[in-house]
Amino acid sequence: MLARVLAALALLVLAWAVPAQGPARAALWLAPYAVAGWDVLWRAARNIVRGQVFDENFLMAVATVGAFGCGEYPEGAAVMLFYQVGELFQSVAVGRSRRSISRLMDIRPDYAHLLRDGQTVRVDPEEAAVGDVILVRPGEKIPLDGVVLNGAAALDTAALTGESMPWQAGPGDEVLSGCVDLSGVLEIRVTRPYGQSTVARILELVESAAEKKAKAERFITRFARYYTPAVVGAALALFLLPTLLLALLPELPAWLAGTVWSDWLHRGLVFLVVSCPCALVISIPLSFFGGIGGAARQGILVKGGNCLEALARTGVVVFDKTGTLTQGDFQVTRVCPAEGVGEEDLLALAALAERHSGHPIAQSLKQAWKGEGTEVPVTGVEERPGLGVTALVDGRRVAVGGRKLMGSEGVACPPCEEAGTAVHVAADGTYLGFLLLEDAPKPSAAAAVAELKRRGVRTVMLTGDRPAVGEAAARRLGLDEVHAGLLPAGKVDRVEQLLKETPAGRTLAFVGDGVNDAPVLARADVGIAMGAMGSDAAIEAADVVLMDDDPAKVVRAMDLSRRCLRIVRENIVFSLGVKGAVLVLSAAGVTGMWAAVFADVGVMVLAILNAGRMLRK
Amino acid sequence: MKKTYRMEELECAHCAARMEQGIRALPGVKEAHVNFLSQKLTIEAEDEGFEALMDQVVRLCRKIEPDCVIRR
Repeated sequence: MLARVLAALALLVLAWAVPAQGPARAALWLAPYAVAGWDVLWRAARNIVRGQVFDENFLMAVATVGAFGCGEYPEGAAVMLFYQVGELFQSVAVGRSRRSISRLMDIRPDYAHLLRDGQTVRVDPEEAAVGDVILVRPGEKIPLDGVVLNGAAALDTAALTGESMPWQAGPGDEVLSGCVDLSGVLEIRVTRPYGQSTVARILELVESAAEKKAKAERFITRFARYYTPAVVGAALALFLLPTLLLALLPELPAWLAGTVWSDWLHRGLVFLVVSCPCALVISIPLSFFGGIGGAARQGILVKGGNCLEALARTGVVVFDKTGTLTQGDFQVTRVCPAEGVGEEDLLALAALAERHSGHPIAQSLKQAWKGEGTEVPVTGVEERPGLGVTALVDGRRVAVGGRKLMGSEGVACPPCEEAGTAVHVAADGTYLGFLLLEDAPKPSAAAAVAELKRRGVRTVMLTGDRPAVGEAAARRLGLDEVHAGLLPAGKVDRVEQLLKETPAGRTLAFVGDGVNDAPVLARADVGIAMGAMGSDAAIEAADVVLMDDDPAKVVRAMDLSRRCLRIVRENIVFSLGVKGAVLVLSAAGVTGMWAAVFADVGVMVLAILNAGRMLRK
Repeated sequence: MKKTYRMEELECAHCAARMEQGIRALPGVKEAHVNFLSQKLTIEAEDEGFEALMDQVVRLCRKIEPDCVIRR
């Protein structure tokens, strides 16, 4: 193609340089025209036979043959060459975009090393069954989800989460397909067939995302359906009407005076060149695809162009508290001993009494106490569901639990106004103090909320906690609003209420961890499920799935979607603007076929390049 | 039945959109997508007569863009 373009260019220069008249001149100019455009003419002829008019080839053929017919040889030849140069650029641009998209999606594993009778067999990942053991060597992709049996390695999870920090995996750890083994040999027992593996699900989500078209995409498709016939009709009218008037009117109006019918034919031909809607048809889906692909690269899976569009218009973000803004597990945040009791003693006593308990609170107490392993006899443990634990610790009768337990033990418990869960401790009927346990916020939570507020987003938190606890957490994180004491059903009602309050044109996003909140995820304009690759219900209900549970990703997702929508708008305005301007100017005879070819192919190349920005970082 | 096919030499985005419209209008087709960027055709239709339907699809696409080949 490049060679043909160069040859045509050489012939064009020759035709320019050699002065000739009559048929010789026509032949000189026909040579570069034929070299540049024979295939366009051929396809145009073939398509007409097949009953397909109005395609690009047909339009270009009519326009350039028309130019030759009008005696505008140089223009006919040069425009054909210019068109082919544009086509060349365009196919390069499309090819590049296709390649960057396939690179984005390059997480599919090609093979798995199956361990059978002490030997490794190389198989397609789809052939490995649940329970099989696979071997992964450094530098390889983990092909299937599983649990590490042997070995330890640092894993690069960037392809899944966008996080560049390597993750250390050892025996017993669950590993996800798509991670790259950086350092050691791993033996992994497969826990999910390939079709349900993380990689397969990500690829399916992203690939089917193109099917859920955004409003902008549907608008363009509809627009294209009417645009081409309309412009072709206008081209015909632009030629026929003035020609008829020229022939029929005895007195010519000012705008017709001095023109002949072939001028109008020429202007009509120019119209034809502008009538292809390809720039729009290709660049809008490309922008969305790029946005979705780029987001997937960062561990943000957007389920479709429509979701991206809704995300960009987010006006309210509603967070679930537990597991979303907070860690989801309890930590001892304060130790408040009574008079004459040491902090360390209080913590030790509580942890010892709870030593054999599996309750989450017991876990947190043991975690907070550094003295694990100390030899102290703990006997007579009695768990009192909903109240707490009593036990004999080193001969003392210790009670650890809520206010009610203290009551039943006959211990006077001073009132405490702290937010959080208070665990009271008494020994031999004497009150010793309390420990405050809280669900600590995630490190990035406060910053994420602040960033959202800076973008003019109203932030709301929903929680099942007591109002005092919920309000304290909301204050600490800087949220605008909090609704506490909600049951799961109450969360749906509250989101309904908030949806009504959301200003027109803006959307409401709900962020949850997928535990018990699938109905809310589905009800919100944009449901964002975080860390949810494990929960099918959440993936089904959500519009956006975050691979990890970092609240900062919510902000990142919003920024990406806004950027994508801005590029889409730029392309629509730019393409329509240039085409409109060229149409008006060429109707008036100001611009010729050159500008028209630019409005067709040039605009398309620029629009593709602009959309390509979404594919890079 | 839902199947995906590769489309080679799919060079024109507008044609891809027209193929999609055309395929959707064929009898027995539940859903169809022509993805210009990944060069894939996804089609969902009744199991019965699927192959005959695909013949129709191939004819339709060849009419719109003669150079484009659907890999079956």
